[in-house]
Amino acid sequence: MKPSAFEYFTASTVAEAISLLERYEDEAKIIAGGQSLVPMMNFRVAQPEVLIDINGIKELDYIRQEDDEIVIGALTRERDVELSPLVQEKCPILAEAISLIGHASIRTRGTIGGSLVHADPAAEIPVAIYGLDAKMKVVGPSGERTLEPEEFFLSYLTTSLEPSEILVEVRIPVLPQKTGWSFVELTRRRGDFYIVAVASILFMGKGGVCKEARICLGGVGPTSIRAEEAEEILAGQVITDALIEKAGQKAAEAADPESDYHASAEYRRDMTRVFVQRGLAEARNRAKGG
Amino acid sequence: MAGRRRITVKVNGVEYEREVDPKRLLVDFLRDDLELIGTHVGCEHGFCGACTVLFNGRSIRSCLMFAVQADGAEIMTVEGLAGDGKLHPLQEAFREHHALQCGFCTPGMLMVAYELLRDNPDPTEEEVRLAIAGVLCRCTGYKQIIDAVIAAAPKMRGK
Ligand SMILES: Cc1cc2nc3c(=O)[nH]c(=O)nc-3n(C[C@H](O)[C@H](O)[C@H](O)COP(=O)(O)OP(=O)(O)OC[C@H]3O[C@@H](n4cnc5c(N)ncnc54)[C@H](O)[C@@H]3O)c2cc1C
Ligand code: FES
Ligand code: FES
Repeated sequence: MKPSAFEYFTASTVAEAISLLERYEDEAKIIAGGQSLVPMMNFRVAQPEVLIDINGIKELDYIRQEDDEIVIGALTRERDVELSPLVQEKCPILAEAISLIGHASIRTRGTIGGSLVHADPAAEIPVAIYGLDAKMKVVGPSGERTLEPEEFFLSYLTTSLEPSEILVEVRIPVLPQKTGWSFVELTRRRGDFYIVAVASILFMGKGGVCKEARICLGGVGPTSIRAEEAEEILAGQVITDALIEKAGQKAAEAADPESDYHASAEYRRDMTRVFVQRGLAEARNRAKGG
Repeated sequence: MAGRRRITVKVNGVEYEREVDPKRLLVDFLRDDLELIGTHVGCEHGFCGACTVLFNGRSIRSCLMFAVQADGAEIMTVEGLAGDGKLHPLQEAFREHHALQCGFCTPGMLMVAYELLRDNPDPTEEEVRLAIAGVLCRCTGYKQIIDAVIAAAPKMRGK
C-alpha cells in the first residue's frame, strides 16, 4: 500500500525539531531512519499529518568516549554503531546485538534512537541497553532529562517520552576489561525479530569470582526485563555449570510471556531457560578469555 | 496542504530535477517518475528486498524512504551495472549460473552482491549467504545465486 498524504518539514537542529513538535503536537511524527515508521505508514497503521525529518541534524550523529561512558547520538545509524571500533572494544555486546537486527540494508538507515523510541518488544537494542544499564537523554521545551531504562520504557511500543520531546543521546558505561558477556537469541531465520533474546554480562572480581551478574530478557513481556533473582544466584560466586543451570531456571520464572503466532507462552518460557543457560556459558568463556 | 517539493538527485551518474509529493516513495519515484523500472517493488514494507538500491554508496530499501529525502543524494540502481552495451561481470555470472528464474528478486540480489564484492572482494560462502539473506527469492532456492556471486568475485577483482 501507499502512505497517506502529509506535510513535510526538515529540521537541522534539535531546537528546530522541538519547536515543530510543539507547533503540531499529536499530528506530527519524527522520522529518523524510517525503518519502522515507513512500513507502518505504508500499511496506514500510522497516518501522521506532519512529518518532521531529523536526518539533517548532524549534531545527533556521533560516537565518542567521555570518561567511563560511550556516548552515542540518537541519529547514529545502527550500522555505524555495529562497525564502530570504539563500540566493538568498549561495549562489544551492543555491536553484537545490533548485528542481529534485520539485514545490513535495514541497519544502514535505521538509527539507535529510532529503535529505542519505537520500543518494539522484539528489538535487540533495548535488551542490550537494559543489560548495560545505559541512560537515555531526552530534550524537550522545558529542558533536558536523563532516564534509566526502567523509566524510559513503559510498555509495548511505548516510552515515557512526552509528545514534544526528542531522544538525543544514549550514554553507556564502558565494560571493564575481562568482563564476560554474550547476546544470544532465538529466531526462525537470520534477521527475523526474535522470539527470545538474552543479554548476559558477568563483571569479574579476584580469583575467578563473578562480582555482579546481569541477565536481561527480551521477548518475554511488554518491555525487556532484568532477571534479578537469577542474577543473585551468580553474584559473588565462581560460576559453575550447576549455577548456570539454576540461573536459567530462575530466569524462566521471571519471564511472563504471552502466546502469539510466533510462539506459545510456554515455549517462550522454556526457551528463556535454554538461552539464559547458553548465554551464561558463553559469557563465562569470554570472561576466561576463551 | 502537502506542498510539492523540487528535488535534485543523481541516479547512475545522471542528474535529474523533478517535483515530487512528499508521500512519493523513492521506489515509485525511480520507477514512475524517472521510468527506471529495473528496480522492483514487492512488499512495500522492507521485507523482500526487491527494491534495494545504493544510496550514497550503501544499500537501502527504496520502499522505506520518501523521494523528498533523497534530495541531493547519489543513487545507483540495477541499470547502473551494465555499460557500453555489455553486461556487468555479476550479471554475466547470474546468467551463466542460472541465478534467476522469474527475475523478480534479481535487481535486489545484484545490488547487495555488488555492494558485498565492492567492500569485500574475496568473500567466503558464509559472507555471501549473509549478504543476500535480506533479499527473498521464491524461485531459485538461492544456491545458484550464491554460486554466481562467488564466481563473479575474481572477475570483479580483475577489473
Ligand atoms: C525488514 C525489517 C526488519 C527489521 N528487523 C529488525 C530486527 O530484527 N530487530 C530490530 O530491533 N529492529 C528491526 N527492524 C527495525 C529497525 O531496527 C528500525 O530501524 C528501528 O526500529 C527504528 O529506527 P529508525 O531510525 O528507522 O526509526 P523510525 O522508523 O524513523 O522511527 C521509529 C519511531 O521512533 C520515533 N523517533 C525516531 N527517532 C526519534 C528521536 N530521536 N526522538 C524521538 N522520536 C524518535 C519516530 O517518530 C517513530 O515513532 C527491522 C525493520 C525492517 C524494515
Ligand atoms: S518492496 Fe521494498 S523491501 Fe519489498
Ligand atoms: S528468480 Fe524469481 S524471485 Fe528470485
